[in-house]
Amino acid sequence: MEEILKVNNVCKRYEDITVFENMNLTVKKGEVVVIVGPSGCGKSTFLRCLNALEDIQDGEILLDGEKVDAASKNIGSIREKAGMVFQSYDLFPHLTVLQNLMLAPVKVKKRDKKEVEAEALTLLERVGLLTKKDSFPRQLSGGQKQRVAIVRALIMHPEILLLDEITAALDPEMVREVLDVVLSLAKEGRTMIIVTHEMQFARAVADRMVFIDNGRIVEEGNPEEFFDNPKTDRLKQFLQTFSY
Amino acid sequence: MGFEVLLKGNNMVRLLAGLAVSLRISLVSVAISIVLGVILGILMALKNPIITVISRVYLEIVRIMPQMVLLFLVYFGTTKAMGINLEAETAAVIVFSFWGTAEMADLVRGALLNIPAIQYESSISLGLNKLQTYRYVIVPQIIRRMIPLSINLITRMIKTTSLVMMIGIVEVLKVGQQIIEANRKASPGAAFGVFLIIFLLYFIACWPISMLSRYLEKRWEN
Repeated sequence: MEEILKVNNVCKRYEDITVFENMNLTVKKGEVVVIVGPSGCGKSTFLRCLNALEDIQDGEILLDGEKVDAASKNIGSIREKAGMVFQSYDLFPHLTVLQNLMLAPVKVKKRDKKEVEAEALTLLERVGLLTKKDSFPRQLSGGQKQRVAIVRALIMHPEILLLDEITAALDPEMVREVLDVVLSLAKEGRTMIIVTHEMQFARAVADRMVFIDNGRIVEEGNPEEFFDNPKTDRLKQFLQTFSY
Repeated sequence: MGFEVLLKGNNMVRLLAGLAVSLRISLVSVAISIVLGVILGILMALKNPIITVISRVYLEIVRIMPQMVLLFLVYFGTTKAMGINLEAETAAVIVFSFWGTAEMADLVRGALLNIPAIQYESSISLGLNKLQTYRYVIVPQIIRRMIPLSINLITRMIKTTSLVMMIGIVEVLKVGQQIIEANRKASPGAAFGVFLIIFLLYFIACWPISMLSRYLEKRWEN
């Protein structure tokens, strides 16, 4: 199958602190990779490197065959291929939901306004937020904001979605509505890399699990093996912290 | 009560003309302050150590120095020391802009640093370039934060223009004094009526502006 993302021996360092090194990861089209690991293990930083929000000190990242590098001239068009959703607060507060969705397709991709609007409305209906199209972000709940943020990434037709702990800042009762959207995206064959702490969700959505600890990939595998039969002690310990 | 003096001759028109002088000085000063303040505010947000020190000193001077002293310094001081003969109104605009620029710059700096980093990041993640990010995402948010505050500055400036009569500018308060002086014999009690009218004139000038600022603040609160 076609490879969307290829990460070769990537290292991230801040002066004398190494966040991670020798990271290797290949993601194929339609694959859902879920990354888990303890806080501060470097998983969010890793995700941010994938669309050059963070620079890397060694190795290379290829997205759809193109090198990801913040200094390159067409970094804008490379970033379009990776739709990113963050933990929270990333909607533009001065724009309505619809304006939030339409900004990038109209200004960056120069697409026709009418056509973009029609697509935005279809997507909003799909995530159950059509009635909120003219609301401002401050009028939405956390879960609604995250669903809008997902749609805002989708409408750019990315090759891959990068979801960075998108439910971590939500009240528990809102987690479900957001994860349901992600699950339905997985079912329709979207390529995704998901960083999360929701283990049950990870199991349900993942084609492949990756466990990062201390800046390196400790274990990876299919979800059944990963959760039911972890090979490394470190992963066993980590998974135990989620069960009482 | 002294209201009758206002109906004499063109006294009311003179008062209004005086108010126009006050408004002109403050509006011109605010316009200059916004332009210079935005530039300085952006420079300050860059956190260059030299600019930081200079702007700190500048802001502190503006904060400590009474506006009247500044007015005297610029109007009388420059004439004697440098032989520059400034128009009184020019001197007033310089002093008010000096003050307003400091306040605006501080507002702009605050607004810029208050925009969360995630706003830049989610914008560039969507493929917007730097210019588009500023134009469509960052600047509109800054303007929304700043407009109510700068409108507030206009009202404070209008009020403070009452000081400029000290350097000989005939603004609304000075006109009032002239009217009272001229009618000292005929209506000795004119002071109350005239000053009450001036109070109302200031109120009519400032109140709508202040309401507008409150309205915008409410409409744009995040």
